[in-house]
Amino acid sequence: MYARCINGLLVPVFSGCGIIKSPGTTKNKLERGNGMSEATFRGGVHPYEGKELSKDLPIKTVLPKGELVFSMAQHIGAPAKPVVQKGDKVLVGQKIGEAGGFISANICSSVSGTVKAVEPRMMLNGSSVTCVVIENDGEYTGIKGLGENRDYTRLSNDEIRAIVKEAGIVGMGGAGFPTNVKLTPKEPDKIDYILVNGAECEPYLTSDYRQMLECPEEIVGGLKVMLKLFDKAKGLICIEDNKPDAIAKMKEAVNGESRIEVKELKTKYPQGGERTLISAATGRKIYSAKLPADAGCIVDNIATVIAIYRAVCKQTPLITRVMTLTGDAFSQPVNVNVRLGISHAELVEEGGGFATEPAKIISGGPMMGFAMFDLNVPVTKTSSSLLALTKDEVAENEPSPCIRCGRCVSACPGNLVPQKMAQAAMNNDYDTFVKLNGMECYECGSCTFVCPAKRPLTQTFKQARQYVAAQRRKS
Amino acid sequence: MGNLLNISSSPHVRDKSSTQSIMWCVILCLLPATVVGIYNFGLKAIILIIACVATCMLTEFIWQKAMKLPVTVTDGSAALTGLLLALNLSSTFPVWMAVIGSVFAILVVKQLFGGLGQNFMNPALGARCFLMVSFAGKMTSFTYDSITGPTPLAIIKNAVKNGDTSSIADILASGDGQTQATTSVINMFLGNTAGTIGETSAIAILIGGIVLIARKIISWKIPVCYLATFAVFVLIFGGRGFDITYLAAELCGGGIMLGAFFMATDYVTSPITPTGQIVFGVLLGILTGIFRIFGASAEGVSYAIIICNLLVPLIEKVTIPVPFGKEGIKDGK
Repeated sequence: MYARCINGLLVPVFSGCGIIKSPGTTKNKLERGNGMSEATFRGGVHPYEGKELSKDLPIKTVLPKGELVFSMAQHIGAPAKPVVQKGDKVLVGQKIGEAGGFISANICSSVSGTVKAVEPRMMLNGSSVTCVVIENDGEYTGIKGLGENRDYTRLSNDEIRAIVKEAGIVGMGGAGFPTNVKLTPKEPDKIDYILVNGAECEPYLTSDYRQMLECPEEIVGGLKVMLKLFDKAKGLICIEDNKPDAIAKMKEAVNGESRIEVKELKTKYPQGGERTLISAATGRKIYSAKLPADAGCIVDNIATVIAIYRAVCKQTPLITRVMTLTGDAFSQPVNVNVRLGISHAELVEEGGGFATEPAKIISGGPMMGFAMFDLNVPVTKTSSSLLALTKDEVAENEPSPCIRCGRCVSACPGNLVPQKMAQAAMNNDYDTFVKLNGMECYECGSCTFVCPAKRPLTQTFKQARQYVAAQRRKS
Repeated sequence: MGNLLNISSSPHVRDKSSTQSIMWCVILCLLPATVVGIYNFGLKAIILIIACVATCMLTEFIWQKAMKLPVTVTDGSAALTGLLLALNLSSTFPVWMAVIGSVFAILVVKQLFGGLGQNFMNPALGARCFLMVSFAGKMTSFTYDSITGPTPLAIIKNAVKNGDTSSIADILASGDGQTQATTSVINMFLGNTAGTIGETSAIAILIGGIVLIARKIISWKIPVCYLATFAVFVLIFGGRGFDITYLAAELCGGGIMLGAFFMATDYVTSPITPTGQIVFGVLLGILTGIFRIFGASAEGVSYAIIICNLLVPLIEKVTIPVPFGKEGIKDGK
């Protein structure tokens, strides 16, 4: 649906949906937003950043020694189906798992060697998932054409989408949503912005930051591939202002690119969340039932954009990723480029082992990451870091009664009332929980971080949201 | 790895501030008012403050021990209740009565309803109203500078009621005609007047209140909306037209400053929603205005706050904020 704007241009108008968008006001908002470097959102928190531990350390390439384990469920959606059998020889980049549905992704081998087993293995969340186990022969023999240059301008849009799908690319920021699905919106003409998420608002993580410093041209290259798919779209590389050198580097890299701009955002957690990022960068807002595409946006993380570049322009599927090994327990924090499927236990040695016995090991950042109970689990497409902390602040802080201070309300980027939601959830009163907009929560953890009574708010919400979602599926 | 790792759901980090640090911070912010109170009223004030704080803490300790509950006396909440109650008493108030009030605050208003976070009305104010009903004479007898007489607010109220049209400065300077209790608006601002231990000095309370707002312990919404609404109410219904001196005297006199910054902002008994806090402040301003101008007494802050405490669940119910991205969208899709 289109509405005619004052200046005669056709401007898309969304009908009956959640986007605050009328042709006039959005334009004003955008112009205002672009004029300021202080683009931000309401709510949020400022946890200790901890990035100084690893921000100045160049990315080091790590080659795996032992066996590699490839989970068939490294993404949101249906698990992939193994296409190799025990005893098969595989090459670097060879497809070993085939997407198991529309929302699913291929899995490619990151080494050459022999398939040792196709069996269920335990993942870091304790679930058992079918995995292809490959014995690395150390040769790294690639499939035909691996790493060779390819000119994306000669490819059709459908070919590019097919390459991204074939390469098994998923959102590498943590959600693991298949990228080719994101790049295939229902109405491609309505995409106005491609946002490259370089906010990296989670404390401690520096992998996106290092990649912005070390391979800015690949980020710009990947973004240009994406922009080719959407003629009307503008590329915005969004970076928090606590990374001035990354901003400078990216500005230099986009110099002369008329369709790409670097956008400075105020440093605040969770700036890198999809909804907060879209709102800060474009002034548009979406809620839980809407996709970024409904607001004319496609959001992809730095690492994902690099993966798109490598798949399309370098004929390399998604087989490596950059991780930060950090935290006060590591004797030598480091940023590493690893082959997918490597065991976390092997990585610990790269971080010089533990200087102090860690109390807690987290896969991902401290705000939304997953606490690990065992290091012998493989690295997946969404493993952004291995964080080892000598202190567990959760165990040290026993919850006490809520004093209704309202800090959770001020911190919530979703404009919710966590205190009341928690009360409803604790009483198993899910109707009230839903009425209080509990399903709008995206579990960023800000409320729990600020709570002076140290109450497990986010944890309660996760449980309640899962329950409500399950009930909805049933009916 | 032989050792055991801790497992918990995210987030894995916590902010440093705790219930305890917040409570002690509020107590620190009450210090200016407390110091002025002690300076004005001397040893009697010190004894009352110590008696109230000690009784509150002891009551909480004994109750929690007896009920086999975790003892949380060190969280500062009982001490804060005791201090607030003492600051709401006249310096001449008998200590044993103050002790009864302290026990009432902690035992009846706080613990019987479930302890910290569960009480539906401010414990210190609940106790103050209980003492007001039980020992009205002692509660309303004020002595300043060894002169026992009415508070400045009572002097004004009386004069206005009798149709005195002379200026507020003259009314305050001439006192009530019987005693030698005379004062000025400046004295009311600084605190050199008759009144309860902690309420007389507007400036001391303001200093503490501004620190509370600056440190984000409380939001500006309740005190600002309260005082602003009250000011508008006084100008419209005060019967003296646009009389700035009268307005200043009403704002500096009585318990409104202490109430607006330290009592109405009590976390447990004020709305948690941002819009709710504005509604709460406005309601407080209107009720205080009604009580002070149309009521029998010159005071009305405690009753206004207690009544509004009872309305908090209703206020919250109608002021749940619209979630991010759903602005302007009707329920459902």
